[in-house]
Amino acid sequence: MSNPTVTIDGRAVEFQPGQTILDIARSAGIFTIPTLCYMQGTNPTGSCRVCVVEVEGWRTLVTACSTAATPNMVIHTENPKVEAARKNIIELLLASGNHNCLICEANGECELQALAYRYQVATPIYANPPGAKYYYEDNNSMIVRDFSKCVMCGRCVRACNERQVNLAIQIGYRGHHNKIVGKCDYPYIDSDCVFCGSCVQACPVGALLDKNAIGQGRPWERRTVRTTCPYCGVGCQIDLHVKGGRIIKAMGARAIPNEGRLCVKGRFGLGFVDHPERLQTPMVKKNGRLQEATWDEALDLVASKLKEIKDQHGPKTIGGWCSARITNEENYVFQKFMRAVVGTNNVDHCARL
Amino acid sequence: MSGHCHGISVPPPEFTPEQWAKIDSIIECYKDVPGNLMPVLQAVQEAVGCLPPAVQDRIAQGLNVPGSDVFGVMSFYSMYTWRPKGKYVIRFCESPPCHVSGSDNLLEFMKAELGVPLNHTTKDKLFTLETTACLGVCEVAPAMQINEVVHGNLTKDKIRQILADYRAGKAPDYKTLPYSTNDFRSYKQSPAELVLLSNVGVIDPEKVDDYVAKGGYEALKKAVTTMTPEQVVEEVKTAGIRGRGGAGFPAGLKWSFTRPLDVPQKYVICNLDEGEPGTIKDRYIVEGDPHKVLEGMAIAGFAVGATKGFIYCRGEYYLCKHRLNTAIEQAKAKGYLGSNLFGTTFAFDIEVRSGFGCYICGEETALIESIEGKRGYPRAKPPFPGVEGLWRKPTIVNNVETLASVPAIIAKGGEWYKGLGTPDTTGTKIYQVIGHVKTPQIVEVPVGITLRELIDTYGGGMKNGKKFKMCQTGGASAGIVTAEALDVPIEFGAMSKVGGALGSGTMLVMDESVCAVDFARSVAVFFAHESCGQCTPCREGTVQLLRTLTRIWEGQGRPGDLEFLERLGQTMMDASFCPLGQTAPAPLFSLLKHFRPEFEDHVSGKCTHGVCRTT
Repeated sequence: MSNPTVTIDGRAVEFQPGQTILDIARSAGIFTIPTLCYMQGTNPTGSCRVCVVEVEGWRTLVTACSTAATPNMVIHTENPKVEAARKNIIELLLASGNHNCLICEANGECELQALAYRYQVATPIYANPPGAKYYYEDNNSMIVRDFSKCVMCGRCVRACNERQVNLAIQIGYRGHHNKIVGKCDYPYIDSDCVFCGSCVQACPVGALLDKNAIGQGRPWERRTVRTTCPYCGVGCQIDLHVKGGRIIKAMGARAIPNEGRLCVKGRFGLGFVDHPERLQTPMVKKNGRLQEATWDEALDLVASKLKEIKDQHGPKTIGGWCSARITNEENYVFQKFMRAVVGTNNVDHCARL
Repeated sequence: MSGHCHGISVPPPEFTPEQWAKIDSIIECYKDVPGNLMPVLQAVQEAVGCLPPAVQDRIAQGLNVPGSDVFGVMSFYSMYTWRPKGKYVIRFCESPPCHVSGSDNLLEFMKAELGVPLNHTTKDKLFTLETTACLGVCEVAPAMQINEVVHGNLTKDKIRQILADYRAGKAPDYKTLPYSTNDFRSYKQSPAELVLLSNVGVIDPEKVDDYVAKGGYEALKKAVTTMTPEQVVEEVKTAGIRGRGGAGFPAGLKWSFTRPLDVPQKYVICNLDEGEPGTIKDRYIVEGDPHKVLEGMAIAGFAVGATKGFIYCRGEYYLCKHRLNTAIEQAKAKGYLGSNLFGTTFAFDIEVRSGFGCYICGEETALIESIEGKRGYPRAKPPFPGVEGLWRKPTIVNNVETLASVPAIIAKGGEWYKGLGTPDTTGTKIYQVIGHVKTPQIVEVPVGITLRELIDTYGGGMKNGKKFKMCQTGGASAGIVTAEALDVPIEFGAMSKVGGALGSGTMLVMDESVCAVDFARSVAVFFAHESCGQCTPCREGTVQLLRTLTRIWEGQGRPGDLEFLERLGQTMMDASFCPLGQTAPAPLFSLLKHFRPEFEDHVSGKCTHGVCRTT
């Protein structure tokens, strides 16, 4: 039996039951349906309504991201009615806060800005009325929350609840007062937040910011370098945003094993790379003072001391303590070294950082 | 802790060990109940007065719910509070029906009497003054609720007297009041036979024996002992009853989708979230004859194969909740609810769940989310609740009036019911005639009465001899009709042809003193307050509608404002997530159609009615 079909913009396209209109369009090579609240790997909510399309016979427009296709649907992804709705929605979003691209950190990679550009919608005169107040939070060392830019897409909430399963934030209040809240509507620092920063990465606009990256460079001034997180052995892939040889911020790469996720260390813990106090050579204590040494010098010292202890007191007096920051393979080699070379079973692992 | 949004000017209350023990016992009591967050929050607030952060933490830990969910849910519903309030919370109704009855001036008077602005507590900690979107007591507009008790037909003298009574410690106990507002039997009655309200005002609603003496639970007995579930569904289909919540979907058809589904658990939900401004009918049924609703639900349960029912009652209807809980207890004791009903294997149980100040929870999927203990965000449809509803199980959601019609349909037959009313809308209907009529009231008549008859015969004619200007039909989200529609039968079909709606059967009658812009704005206030905020067009659109209308209302209109309202309204209708946003601009569109010159006058700075603040 052949698969059911729908007609998208005059083209018959086969689909699998359960697929959404957006899924089908993308698999058919139609990438022109705009999205904002949609986030891959989370349940679509259909809340921003930017992806509305017209389905013949339906009373209202429907969201492509959250509407499952039914056989023989006739779908129009772009027509005057659809375009008018999208333009008005973008206009309402632009009016919903203080969307000033000049000073916004997201300028150049903002999805709202891109939508406004594509549909040529300017900030309306009724935006940002005098006296409008927006919540701004800058009381921790990692994340800044600027709700004058928030478009209530809810991507941060889904990143937190569905991707990271930290369950630290939710949508709070009602209607126009809606706001992203933590427990008791406390700031992040007092809430259940563990600062994984997934919300920052999920934010399509400039409402959630990596504090240390603010003012450090525009997207087009940066290049990204794919690397492996230097912390635990999971080996998360990171895209480092680098400008002038310095790391500005780290984003989880959409790759195995982390698929975009990072923890607080991988995302916010890379300050040591350029830190002035960072150790750059081995140190050996001479005359009661740590002094710079070469690797050969340091390793020779360790080897001779281990040998000396083993000869005098036996291998069981030596223990090895390995690190979670290295890979399983490196840990394996280390325990092999302890057992086969040193001759002891006293080997352990910090298993935490 | 820096609770930034709480803006707590007074420190959170210190609870005694006894109070903490009470909180813990409530949590313990609901621990294993599905969807327990709402009942726990309500019970704790009732026990200790408010839900400050320490209490939220305790509940989150006790129920193993994320703290962010606890706050997300409680901040969604207007009646929860995390700040201590006065001994008496005054909820002053600012809905469109109260607005056209002069609530604005009375609110100003109330502020002056109490000496506090809105949302503040008096120095003696006795009163907290708030406004509310609609109390569902529009027949006594303008109205307010003080804690559980409704006070209607307010005047300045009456307000002064009520406050004096409360200050003197004379606060009525709602449980001892016969009704929240009026005795149904004090109204002018139709000569037609009552189907829904036959027992109201006749029996003691707190005595099951009274109901049984009137033939109560006979229909349930007939259904479960002599009929198959399919026959029950067929009978309801034959009756042709269209859902009385407002949308008018045929109830039998709805049931027939759920009946054949072969799953171990299905649910019946009775929608008593009567939040549509002007709608007061379900309260009369439940306060006067709660068993009829229980019986209807049990029959529905038998028909679709459900063993559990929920009644979702709006938070403000305290007496309804009390009467329902009493009725359920008595019905269980008598064997009308529970297991092995009438010696068969059929079992049916009912639980009352309460909303807590939220209009959108009247939408069936938002209602389901609320019972599950979540924010009342509507779900995308399909799947419809009949296939995937409460806890993703097939669920039929019916309005109180629909379910209350069921016992009579089973007892007397679908053909009999179909003979009442019109071919488009069968049966009897409870109409509500409110606003500028001499005697606002409800009346149950076979469908098909005209607006003129409703106003003249049951409303007692126009108040103060003024001329009829317009009528908002069916609720706040429906269209407005003018004198041209006075002779149209009020049914689903005919009404929609003239730009009105049967909706919930409420008719808000307005005389010529009402300014179209002022009324449009009061409707906009309602929707901006009640939008759930899930989708952009409704969340932002309702506010921009309100802001623009307010500007026009203040005489600050600009050329292009009306076109902007139309453009915005169109997008809300086309692209909103649920019917709230899709219909919120409908009254405005209909007002613009009939009274555009009034809007234009305002844009150029004058209100011909002298109502708006254009000067």
